[in-house]
Amino acid sequence: MRRLEDRAAGPRPAAEPGADGRVLPVGAPLATLLPGGGLRRGTTVAVAGTVGATSLVLALLAEASAGGAWAGVIGRPDLGLVAAAEAGVALERLALVPYPGADLVAVTAALLDGLDLVVVAGRVLHGSDRARLAARARQRGAVLLPLGPWPGADVELTCEQGRWQGVGAGSGDVGRLRTRRVCVRLRGRGVAPAGRSARLLLPGVAGRLAVDVEGDATAVARPIADREAG
Amino acid sequence: MTVPVRVLALWSPDWPVTAAARAAHLTPDRPAAVVVANRVLACSAVARAAGVRRGLRRREAQARCPELVVLDRDADRDARMFEPVVEAVEELAPGVEVIRPGLLALPVQGPAGYFGGELAAAERLVDQVAGCAGVECQAGIAEGLFAAVLAARRGVAVAPGDAPAFLAPLEVEELDREPEVDRSELVGLLRRLGLRSLGAFGALAASDVASRFGADAVLAHRLARGLDPRPPVRRWPPAELAVELELDPPVDRVDAAAFAARTLAQRLHGVLAAHGLSCTRLGVGARTTSGEELHRVWRCAEPLTPSGTADRVRWQLDSWLVRGGRGAVDRLQLVPEETVGAGALQLGLWGDVGEADERAGRALVRVQALLGPEAVATAVLTGGREPAERVRLVPWGDDRDEAASRVPAASGGAAGRASGSPVREPPPPWPGRLPAPSPAVVPPDPLPADLCDAAGDPVHLATPDLLTAAPQTLAVDGGPPRDVHGWAGPWPVAQRWWAPDGVAGSRLQVLRADGAAFLLFARADRWEVAGVYD
Repeated sequence: MRRLEDRAAGPRPAAEPGADGRVLPVGAPLATLLPGGGLRRGTTVAVAGTVGATSLVLALLAEASAGGAWAGVIGRPDLGLVAAAEAGVALERLALVPYPGADLVAVTAALLDGLDLVVVAGRVLHGSDRARLAARARQRGAVLLPLGPWPGADVELTCEQGRWQGVGAGSGDVGRLRTRRVCVRLRGRGVAPAGRSARLLLPGVAGRLAVDVEGDATAVARPIADREAG
Repeated sequence: MTVPVRVLALWSPDWPVTAAARAAHLTPDRPAAVVVANRVLACSAVARAAGVRRGLRRREAQARCPELVVLDRDADRDARMFEPVVEAVEELAPGVEVIRPGLLALPVQGPAGYFGGELAAAERLVDQVAGCAGVECQAGIAEGLFAAVLAARRGVAVAPGDAPAFLAPLEVEELDREPEVDRSELVGLLRRLGLRSLGAFGALAASDVASRFGADAVLAHRLARGLDPRPPVRRWPPAELAVELELDPPVDRVDAAAFAARTLAQRLHGVLAAHGLSCTRLGVGARTTSGEELHRVWRCAEPLTPSGTADRVRWQLDSWLVRGGRGAVDRLQLVPEETVGAGALQLGLWGDVGEADERAGRALVRVQALLGPEAVATAVLTGGREPAERVRLVPWGDDRDEAASRVPAASGGAAGRASGSPVREPPPPWPGRLPAPSPAVVPPDPLPADLCDAAGDPVHLATPDLLTAAPQTLAVDGGPPRDVHGWAGPWPVAQRWWAPDGVAGSRLQVLRADGAAFLLFARADRWEVAGVYD
C-alpha cells in the first residue's frame, strides 16, 4: 500500500515545476520559444557555452530585471556591464559576485534564497552539487541559469550559427558591428526530442533582443519545424 | 498654544572635519576640509580663514589654500568620535539627546537649577567638554530645539519668551541648515516671494501656509514662529513598543553588532507600523556582560526609516564597542521615546512593496559575510569611452548615487556634482564612444592579440586611423591564428594626452570567420582584446 502511495506521490513534484503560473517574463522573441512563455520559477535553464551565450543570458535576464526582479551573476568577472544595460538589465538590481572562489556552491545557494534569477558560471560542478542547487531553486521559486554544461537542467538553450551584420563584404556593411543573427535552439523537458528553435537578432539594434524578421532561410539549416510540438 | 521647554544646545562647529582630523592625527593648526563628490562639505576654522568655504570645488579650495588637507567623509567615524563628548556632558547633566554627531541638546532646567543659572550651566558644560573630550563647542539656550540650535551657532542665550524675537530677523536659509532635511526648494520659493526673514515668513497665517506650501512648510512655519515643530497632539508611546534582542553569544565585534542592529530595527518598525506610528526620538539601550546598562537617546528631524534606525543603532554600538572597556553586549533594546502618526512615512500600499528588495539585500549580505564586503557589487554606469572604463563597481551596501556622481578623473570637463541633489542631470556626451552594441565580455585584464596580414607579418597602425595592411588572421591570447572575415575601424582615441597616464591608441572591430567578433585596442603597436562580442 505504501509502495503504491510512494509511486503515486513520487514523480509529481518534479514533473511540473512552476506549474502554479509563476513565470518570470522574457522578451517577446524568446517567450514564443520557452515552454510556459517565460522563465518558470523553480526551474533550471541552462545556457550552453557556445559563441553568443553571454548575450543570450543577458537577454534572458533583461525583461524580468526591468520589471523589478533581482538577478545575480556568479563567477563572471568579465561580464560586459555596458552590454547588460543595453540589453535592458537594470544594473541596480544585478548583483555581481565575480570571484566566488571555492565557495561557489555556498554563494549560489545563498543567492537562490533571495534573488529571482541566478546565473552561475566559472567551473563545472559535481552532480550532487548540481542536484542540491536545482532543488534549492525549486524550493525557493528562483530560476537557476547555469552558463555552461549542466546535465539534468529542465531546459537547455544553445546559441548557434551566429552571423554578424554590418562588417565584412556583405551588402549591409555599415562600417561597424551592428546586429547578429542567431538561431537559438531549445531542448529539454516538455519539448519534442529534436528540440525547437527560433531565429533572433542577438543583439539587435541598440543592443536589445529582437526577432529576425528578414532572416534568409539559408542561414538556418533547420527552419522552425517543430514549434508546435511542445 | 504650548510654549516649548527651554533647551540647551551644544554645537561643535565643523564636526566632520574635527572628527576626521582627530582620526588622522592632524594638529588643529593645519587647515583641513572634508570633501564629498569634489565639493567641500565642511572645513576647519583655519581653512575658513584662508578663504575655503562650504560648497567650493576641491580644486578651488586647494587653490585658495594650497596646504589644505583633504579628508574623506565617514559617518561612522563622526558618530564614534562624538561619543566622548556625549559622555562628558552626561556626567554633569541628565537627559542628553544626540541630534547628530556634532550637535546635542538637553533640557536646561535641571542643570540650571544645579549650577545656579542657565549661563553658569552652559559655561560649565562647555568647560567640561573641552576638559574631558578636548573638543571646542558652543552653547545656546532658547525655547524649543530649533531656536536653541540657532542660538548655539551664534553662541547666545535667548531670554525666556524672546525666541520669536530672536528668530524674526534671521534669514529664511536657517530653515535649511539640517543636513537630513532638504528644504532648499521651500527656501528658494520664499526668497522669490520676498520673504527673506523668518519673521516675515512667520507673519503669514498658518492656514494660508498650509493651503499653499504643503505639510513640510507648516512645520517650517511653526519653527519660524518659535513654536514646537509638531502640533501639540503628540502621542506618548505605550511601553510595549520597545523591542529587545537577547544576543547569545554576546556581541563584541562591530560587524556582528551591525547585523543585530538591522534585525532589531526591522522589528521595531514592524511594531510601529502595526500601530500606525513612526519614531522621531529613539532610545538605544544595551546591557554588557558585566551587567552595566547603557542608554543613549537619538533625536531626528524626520521620522526614522528602518535603515536610518539601523544606522543609528550601529553607530551607537560601534562607539560603545570600539571605545572598549565595556565588554561585550548581551542585550539590545530599542525604545521609541517619541512618536508621531506615520502619515508621511507610509509603507507601500500592499505592505510588501520593497519586500523583494529586502530579501535580496539579506541574501547579498550573507554572501558578503562569506566572502568579504568587496566580493558583492552592483554596477553603476559612469562617463567614459571604453567598455571597461564606463563601469564602476560599487560594493553592496555603499551609496550608488555617490559612486555615480564621482566622475572618473579621465573626464576632464564633466562636473562632479554634489551628491544627494534631487534632480540628476543627464550624463554628458562622450564623443568617440563606440555606439551599441557593446561587447558582452570585457576581460578584466586585456588579453594579448596577434593580428597578421596575408603574408603572416604583423599588422600595425601606419597612422592612428590607417592599418599597414589588411588583416588576414587573428590569434587571441596565444591561441591558434584564425581567419579574419571582416573588420571595421580603426577609430583613434586620445584621452588625457596631457597626463602621464594618458591613453592614445586606436580601436578596431574584427570579425573572424568562425563567427566570433572582437574589439581590439592598439596601444604602442601592440594589439590587445578589450572586449569580445559574445
